Amino acid sequence: MAVKVSMKVNGKPVSAELEARTLLVTFIRENLHLTGTHVGCDTAQCGACTVHMNGKAVKSCSMLAMQAEGADLLTIEGLAKADGTLHPMQAAFKEHHGLQCGFCTPGMVMNAVDFATRHPGASEQEVRESLEGNLCRCTGYHNIVKSIVAGSKTMAAK
Amino acid sequence: MGAPLIGARIQRKEDYRFLTGAGQYTDDVTLPHQTYAAFVRTPHAHAKLKSVNTAKAKAAPGVLAVYTGEDIAAAKLGGLPCGWLITDVNGQPMKEPPYPVLALGKVRHVGERVAVVVAETQDQARDAAELVQVDYEVLPAVADGRLARAKGAPQLHEAAPDNTCFVWAIGDKAAVDAAFAKAAHVTKLDFVNNRLIPNAIEPRAANGSYSRADDSYTLYVASQNPHVERLLMTAFVMGLPEHKVRVVAGDVGGGFGSKIYLYAEDVVVTWASKQLARPVKWTAERSESYVSDAHGRDHHTIAELAMDQDGKFLAMRVKTTANVGAYLSTFASCVPTILYATLLAGQYTTPLIHCEVTAVFTNTVPVDAYRGAGRPEATYVVERLVETAAREMKLDPAEIRRKNFIRTFPYQTPVALLYDIGDYDATMDAAQKLADVAGYPARKKASEAKGKLRGMGYAAYIEACGIAPSAVAGSLGARAGLFEAGEVRVHPTGSVTVFTGSHSHGQGHETTFAQVVADRLGMAVENVDIVHGDTSKVLFGMGTYGSRSIAVGGTAIVKALDKIIAKGKKIAAHLLEAAEGDIEYASGVFKVAGTDKQKTFGEVAFAAYVPHNYPHDKLEPGLNENAFYDPSNFTFPAGTYICEVEVDPETGVVKVERWSAVDDFGKIINPMIVEGQVHGGLTQGIGQALTEGAKYDSHGQLLTGSFMDYCIPRADDVPSYQVDTRETPCTHNPLGVKGCGEAGAIGAPAALINAITDALGVKDIPMPATPQTVWRTLNQKKAA
Repeated sequence: MAVKVSMKVNGKPVSAELEARTLLVTFIRENLHLTGTHVGCDTAQCGACTVHMNGKAVKSCSMLAMQAEGADLLTIEGLAKADGTLHPMQAAFKEHHGLQCGFCTPGMVMNAVDFATRHPGASEQEVRESLEGNLCRCTGYHNIVKSIVAGSKTMAAK
Repeated sequence: MGAPLIGARIQRKEDYRFLTGAGQYTDDVTLPHQTYAAFVRTPHAHAKLKSVNTAKAKAAPGVLAVYTGEDIAAAKLGGLPCGWLITDVNGQPMKEPPYPVLALGKVRHVGERVAVVVAETQDQARDAAELVQVDYEVLPAVADGRLARAKGAPQLHEAAPDNTCFVWAIGDKAAVDAAFAKAAHVTKLDFVNNRLIPNAIEPRAANGSYSRADDSYTLYVASQNPHVERLLMTAFVMGLPEHKVRVVAGDVGGGFGSKIYLYAEDVVVTWASKQLARPVKWTAERSESYVSDAHGRDHHTIAELAMDQDGKFLAMRVKTTANVGAYLSTFASCVPTILYATLLAGQYTTPLIHCEVTAVFTNTVPVDAYRGAGRPEATYVVERLVETAAREMKLDPAEIRRKNFIRTFPYQTPVALLYDIGDYDATMDAAQKLADVAGYPARKKASEAKGKLRGMGYAAYIEACGIAPSAVAGSLGARAGLFEAGEVRVHPTGSVTVFTGSHSHGQGHETTFAQVVADRLGMAVENVDIVHGDTSKVLFGMGTYGSRSIAVGGTAIVKALDKIIAKGKKIAAHLLEAAEGDIEYASGVFKVAGTDKQKTFGEVAFAAYVPHNYPHDKLEPGLNENAFYDPSNFTFPAGTYICEVEVDPETGVVKVERWSAVDDFGKIINPMIVEGQVHGGLTQGIGQALTEGAKYDSHGQLLTGSFMDYCIPRADDVPSYQVDTRETPCTHNPLGVKGCGEAGAIGAPAALINAITDALGVKDIPMPATPQTVWRTLNQKKAA
């Protein structure tokens, strides 16, 4: 069964005819060719697919595209400024070596931005707990935690 | 030219693309007219294939083809080869049963490929895969390596009686036995080094395409070594000339060993792309990764250490059964032998060592190199024995190690390796200081006041990296060379593109290698780009594993740079009308010694490409050099890890409270990147000791087949680390580097289990020390 979906992604209106079972992440990657949002598992554990829907971090592998009907989505491609300047959280990940292979990174950053917005000034332990739904196999989390603490501070100061 | 680049914490050049979603991983590659593959995998661990009926699947919407093992056999594709030949104790070659690309006649582990469906969309391919009807005659299975050679055990391969791949040994058994007979004290341990599932966060993926126009193939694949993948696939499986196959491994989302190998899926999509004259793409679901990516470790070991009355090591005796899984993966045979037993001297002067390894086939996913590959297993043997011996002999764990440290170099171990350099006291001293060992009794008291148990554990590891001298590897059974290649292409206006046969899948080569190049040429890092991962661009490569990139790949680049500078001097001498011997090169400038006559690197490069005034009688135009580097020895990174745990006796939960790591990686190019490698390695090592373990039931069913049941560490499972380095430069490569990628995973499990057994007051505890295991161990101790 085909359904029509319309939503805003990174500020632009998009719409498509999709099979009803199409996952949001599939729509983002395959239809919109926004391949920065990744798929790392099939059990909603790894968080590589995290995007913002109406300002909140969601796992785009765990919902249907049609569930995002009318929503305002932000993917990693839409986070930096139009001139290419990195968002403070992206900049903090770069400065503190919070990424290695880069595969979990978009999900990490999207989750971190949402977390920092809702919990400014969170402690290192709180940041660690906020990453329960985001897996990284490269960094050992040490520098991701440092990056999020630093990125949060910059975000709060702005 | 500014501050030195070697040793500088330069932010990574590759980060911008990863942080903005512009990375190009294999699944991000979409080719025109692309089709999708889905594999039918056996749910049984051991079964005869009575029939495979593809009719319904072929008739399903969007399906273009369904292939089975018989189609592959009819196409005369070979099986997957093993790249290392082990010769057994009787001088016979190891048993190499056929490893078919798609199963033929029989399946031997859950997840083995029975058929492949290719369709217009991924959903159609997956839907149709469910319609392939396979009639299995289920056979009894064996999953536990310890049971594989038991009487009456199910037999996997006709070519491997008693499920035995080989029995291999190293060392002088008679001399070792004699030393044990005279020993004042013997420490003995019997343990399992648990089976691990690598779980790079990017699942494997492959996208094969064929061009009729020039009869050539292109394979995009998540690989750690595209040239080796191409060599194995063309020469051994598909019978194709290499120049007709291009392999591209662009951005790769972590490897940890699991993406070294040639996998059947890569072959199938490449082959099928010609049959269908359309690209065929396959991306693993995580559940598929669990049953199809090569696993790691899975040893059962009985280890003994003989000492005199003062705790001086006299001899070591080790017997290991290595479970290699159902088939021999690409480098499966060298991991539990050459990369394992040769490391059993550790940092110590133990004069006599004997190790016997029996490799067995079981109905499990093939086992191959996983971060550390053999060396974590060896370190676990040595460092668990040493710590246990210290406790039994009432010696301080640091003291027993210091009593036995190697202090003169080069040092020939009794297990083949020649250590070129090290300073084990230096890393031990620094680690003890960093760990505040002096403050430990007070922290222990504080834990006890809260009703918690506290323990401290050491591991002083060594590893052999930078594999290897090809001739040595060849004499030990390697079926490949183990050099590296590099090319330096200087552009007419003086910027530089470097092509390396090493591969980065998180290690940051684009930055580290650029630092090496920029430092050597005296230019800004921004003027250097590093290219890797494409056989059509890079001249050759052996890829990245075994912490070899900077030591072998970096050195190949340095050798090419030396040729660039040598040629530049000739050009400069001509331009400056001076003798070549009088030209010096430093900080980006060719200078006539003792004068102010000079030409910049850019001017020389320009002259090479616009050779109006040029020594044409002596030199070719252009400034482009390549080099191959085959090292003369391994490198030997070493260090000391000290960890402290707090255990809740009520729940069995272990909290890693403090972790201090001091490593000697030789010269360090970018400390920020090196620290990141250590953090990541430590976390994987902590994962092995605390949370990770692949479990099979007696029918060969994998019980830990997802992130829900197989726990890779989360952020709140691990501490913040204290890391530091000491430096004894490697003596046999020009950069003095040793490699840092695996150290953490090598040293961490032993340190952590040493700490947990210390806290619990028990001799041993199995890995992973989950709360349930810890709680049971404590209660068994109480009951005893």
